Amino acid sequence: MNKDLYNYILGVADNSLILGQRMGELCGHGPSLETDIACTNISLDLFGQVRSYFQYAADVSGDERTEDDIAFLRREREYKNVLLVEQPNTDFAYTIVRQFLFDVYHVLFLEELKKSSDETLQAIAVKSVKEAKYHERFSSDWVIRLGDGTEESHQKIQDAVDVLWTYTDELFHQTDSDIEMVKAGVAVDVTQLKESYYKKVNEILNEATIQIPESKWFQKGGKQGIHTEHLGYLLSDMQYMQRTYPGMEW
Amino acid sequence: MVDQTPHIAPELQEILAAVSDPEIPVLSILEMGVVREAILEESKAFVKITPTYSGCPAMDVIGDDIKAALKNAGFDAEVKLVLSPAWTTDWITEKGRIALREYGIAPPLEADADKEALLGNKKIVSCPQCNSTNTKMVSQFGSTACKAFFQCEDCLEPFDYFKCLK
Repeated sequence: MNKDLYNYILGVADNSLILGQRMGELCGHGPSLETDIACTNISLDLFGQVRSYFQYAADVSGDERTEDDIAFLRREREYKNVLLVEQPNTDFAYTIVRQFLFDVYHVLFLEELKKSSDETLQAIAVKSVKEAKYHERFSSDWVIRLGDGTEESHQKIQDAVDVLWTYTDELFHQTDSDIEMVKAGVAVDVTQLKESYYKKVNEILNEATIQIPESKWFQKGGKQGIHTEHLGYLLSDMQYMQRTYPGMEW
Repeated sequence: MVDQTPHIAPELQEILAAVSDPEIPVLSILEMGVVREAILEESKAFVKITPTYSGCPAMDVIGDDIKAALKNAGFDAEVKLVLSPAWTTDWITEKGRIALREYGIAPPLEADADKEALLGNKKIVSCPQCNSTNTKMVSQFGSTACKAFFQCEDCLEPFDYFKCLK
């Protein structure tokens, strides 16, 4: 099997899987009916994309593993998602800022993945980018509405931005497999996305009257499997059914 | 411009036209533009379908329904899910749009108009009950991934709007 390709697919897929799980947690718990439905719709889109990635990863692995095994039966250290997406739904400001910080990246990323030399990844990207753009519109709107809203909503968005900001730089890190796949024309060179990312994020935050954090210190490690304390709890929830009833299909 | 008209074997046309989207039962999967190809090799049918939205839970059911319908008609069938080219709302046929509207779902507008409508800049989505365009978006996300939620400000009926996807 092409180990670099396999690792690369997982790196891309895990971001959507873990964020999808976080948004899915809000099913029945959203702050209003409309936002509840929106969060779970976003979750559903992400899971749909994830399924395409994991089916492909299962093909590439060339062994007995299925999409379900890959999605549900890995250990914490084997998940390669960025730390941003595993951060908890502290309050709606955190949920929406986390989504916004990821969506801006996701759209830029998928636009580039559309040019991949790998036909399957290319097809998934063409499909997914349409959905990601819609998510971005939703999360940006909310960041602006709440940031430029009441004193309280403004403060909450500012707090969430201040905390989650330290997780943004990791989006542009590369693993060894990523670098190999960039050379092969398969992967997106994420280091090239950084400038457009911060430009777009800053534009929206300015419109939302939110101050952009000045700290140059950033968290990292998710892509290498070194996660924050939150991922373990998320996985125990997510993997419960598959571990209790082995062989379940989603 | 690539020809996007799906190739459907004439023998299979009628059978597939009778299969509907489980979430929008008035709409045949052919009118929906979900079937991209249906060819016949001896007595075996090969059907390619494409998902509307990545996570659309209806796709598995549609695949099973196609197999069942073809089996009833005496054909073995193989259904394959293809992602490329990606589905767009342009593939919903004119007949499909009318069926949507009659069912109470406002059909998708053009891409630019869709953006104006969903951002609330213009009142252009017309109510499938009373045809008034005095409508407002209640939520960008509706009862399924492909729909947004609207309300008519004249007759006050809430309704789904099928989002434009390009």
